[in-house]
Amino acid sequence: MKTLRDILEEGQVMAQHRPWPRAVVGEDSWQQAIRLLQEEQCTLLGLWGENEVVHLALIDAQGKEPAILSFECEDGSFPSIGRAHAPAIRLERALRDLSGLDPEGLTDARAWLDHGKWPVDHPLGQARPAEAKRKPKPYAFLPAEGESLHEIPVGPVHAGIIEPGHFRFSASGETIVRLEERLGYVHKGIESLLARQTIERAALLAGRVSGDSTVAYALAFARAIEAAYGAEVPVRALWLRALMGELERLANHFGDIGAICNDAAFAMLHAHCGLLREQVLRTADSCFGHRLMMDRVVPGGVRADLPREGARMIGGLLAQVRDSFPELMEMYDNTASLKDRTVGTGLLSAKLARQFGAGGCVGRASGRAFDARRTPGYPPYDQLEFEVPVLEAGDVNARIWIRKREIEQSLVMIEQILRELPSGPVCAALSMQPGAGEGVALVEGFRGDILAWVSTAADGRIARCHLRDPSWFQWPLLEAAIEGNIVADFPLCNKSFNCSYSGHDL
Amino acid sequence: MALIHDALVQLAQLLLMLALAPLLTGYIRKVKAYLLRRQGPPLLQPYRDLLKLLRKEAVLADNASWVFRTAPYLIFATTLIAAALVPTFATGLLFSPAADLIAIVALLGTARFALALAGLDVGTSFGGIGASREMMIASLAEPAMLMIVFTLSLLAGSTQLSSVAVFVQGPTIGLRVSLAMALVALIMVAIAENSRIPVDNPATHLELTMIHEAMILEYSGRHLAVIEVAASLKLLLYFSLIACMFLPWGIASANGDLAAFAIGLVSYVTKLAMGGFLLAVFETATAKMRVFRVSDFLGAALMLGLLATLLLFVSQAA
Repeated sequence: MKTLRDILEEGQVMAQHRPWPRAVVGEDSWQQAIRLLQEEQCTLLGLWGENEVVHLALIDAQGKEPAILSFECEDGSFPSIGRAHAPAIRLERALRDLSGLDPEGLTDARAWLDHGKWPVDHPLGQARPAEAKRKPKPYAFLPAEGESLHEIPVGPVHAGIIEPGHFRFSASGETIVRLEERLGYVHKGIESLLARQTIERAALLAGRVSGDSTVAYALAFARAIEAAYGAEVPVRALWLRALMGELERLANHFGDIGAICNDAAFAMLHAHCGLLREQVLRTADSCFGHRLMMDRVVPGGVRADLPREGARMIGGLLAQVRDSFPELMEMYDNTASLKDRTVGTGLLSAKLARQFGAGGCVGRASGRAFDARRTPGYPPYDQLEFEVPVLEAGDVNARIWIRKREIEQSLVMIEQILRELPSGPVCAALSMQPGAGEGVALVEGFRGDILAWVSTAADGRIARCHLRDPSWFQWPLLEAAIEGNIVADFPLCNKSFNCSYSGHDL
Repeated sequence: MALIHDALVQLAQLLLMLALAPLLTGYIRKVKAYLLRRQGPPLLQPYRDLLKLLRKEAVLADNASWVFRTAPYLIFATTLIAAALVPTFATGLLFSPAADLIAIVALLGTARFALALAGLDVGTSFGGIGASREMMIASLAEPAMLMIVFTLSLLAGSTQLSSVAVFVQGPTIGLRVSLAMALVALIMVAIAENSRIPVDNPATHLELTMIHEAMILEYSGRHLAVIEVAASLKLLLYFSLIACMFLPWGIASANGDLAAFAIGLVSYVTKLAMGGFLLAVFETATAKMRVFRVSDFLGAALMLGLLATLLLFVSQAA
């Protein structure tokens, strides 16, 4: 059995790709890689197309050695990974829609992101205008057969103000037999927009893939660009980036815990968590000039330094959180009616979480201890002391507790950052390098690991940029977790996953 | 003369119920908002919402039949009649002879039937889900309600509300376990019947968890306004029912003078305010239960009602 390293050695390693190795491989090595994925020696990180090349990002089971394998499609097709490894199915369907490369052997012929309403076919590949006024084909949902089953279509427009997505339930009475998602309603064509952009504009676009993780996306993009350029970032900027990242995590986790409880009609915790979230956002606003800290992380460093009174303001925020948050979690724990809803609901097995490489709270609540801050890791997290909380239960309750424990870890990290924040400049100009470069980065957002891959053209503009949201590997798991639950518990499970529509639909 | 007097009192009480119903809804929302440290919408917001809805066009689904169009009025009419039967500030109303507990249960049952039919009529999946859940709740709530009625009628010797109120106020009552059980059971039924937390969430936007809201999702304009009023009326009705049967103090008798009526009115409003506050506190402190737990919840109410009745037989035999 070949390892990932063997496969890389057999391939043609591309020197301009940093920091992970990238190798162009032939069909044999490609099949070997599929076997590695199948046997869980490796975890899938991403799959995307660039012109006639398909890139496959994977990481070994220990999470230490990421690599990218590239397959050159000679006849516009490549051997399907999804045929043998389910997590790749949606990535391949999206790849086919965007780049027009055909995953050979993939049984699911349905489009994924392309709903038949785009002006062009294959916008990232050899784009050709879509046939005029072609009728969107009805989407064939997978059938569920049995006596007295009924279908419940939900969305894409919902009764509340949330993002659009369609959910097709097949239910027997109240019990869900199958859920199938249909996404792609908020496809914005960000990857097409990114091509041929200057680095500055591309950084703005990358920060808008999913608004709630704008810091993480901007950081992922910046790190990928810096890798491509081989640029050094000032130490203070690295620490400030971590500070912003942890503030973003705090705000989102508070929001999520409150929202999950609200979906069980427990408005009290929603109100109090909303208060905490608001305080985080206001502190971020006074420290960095934007509530969500959008566009603060830029390639080369950060745009805004922490003002002099910033440390005091964040210190005040931490004191407030430490004061009120434990009480809230105690209230959660002591409200039997609430725990009755969350415990044992929406079980996600550790096996599936491992197979799909689920990141973030979803994976860590089901025993997958992967955290991109730790492995492969990026500075300054190697100097910060933190734990990666892991639970085995895999239910809604576990996903709430993981968030709680991560909040505690973030608080500790922010304290350390404030204590040990190095001084110095916060931004360095990117030195233009002759020729093309390629860079890749894996960054831990609040949902999980975000993959960013860029290749720059000789003139310093972006040639191709791919951003992969953690939700790609979490949405399919929601379908599995909800099976056997009752229809009325879906909102609760969905909220505990809190996958991104915007980041996924891109 | 007496007839006119009775008619006037009856009319006054009917109008009072209609006028107060949205206010009670607004008041409970306000208290809940305060408990969550929010300011909340103004007390009079439900009236404004109703006015707004009345001015709007009623949009009908293509496949809506006459059932869908007539159901709102049927629901409103039956709920209003039921509400008119419950003594609020005075007993011995014109409708008193008809103010039978079983009649009220039947009227509300009719309204529910119409609502479930309307939910099914347009053929959307949410309407169907809502109707089936509502019927599951009804199948337990109605027997529980009847058990409570039996308990009270066994005690008071009548199913007439006025007689029950007079009996509870009277000296012969004493402390009775049966009454306490019936009260708890009635509160549980009232929560379920009015789609409150923990059975249903009146403020939710999650289609899949709705019960009452799911059935009326397709309604708009005046149809929705009428249904909303009916829902508020039903809540007020249950408050009044509990107040009249278990806390009848201060309620005026049929031939009372103006002062007695004034006392009756003040005590009635005080009872509503207290009840509304307690409901808001309870709703804030509880999460919604799983749909299938509702049967346990209402099963408990049914058992309490049954026990209350049985205890009466046992104690009378002894």
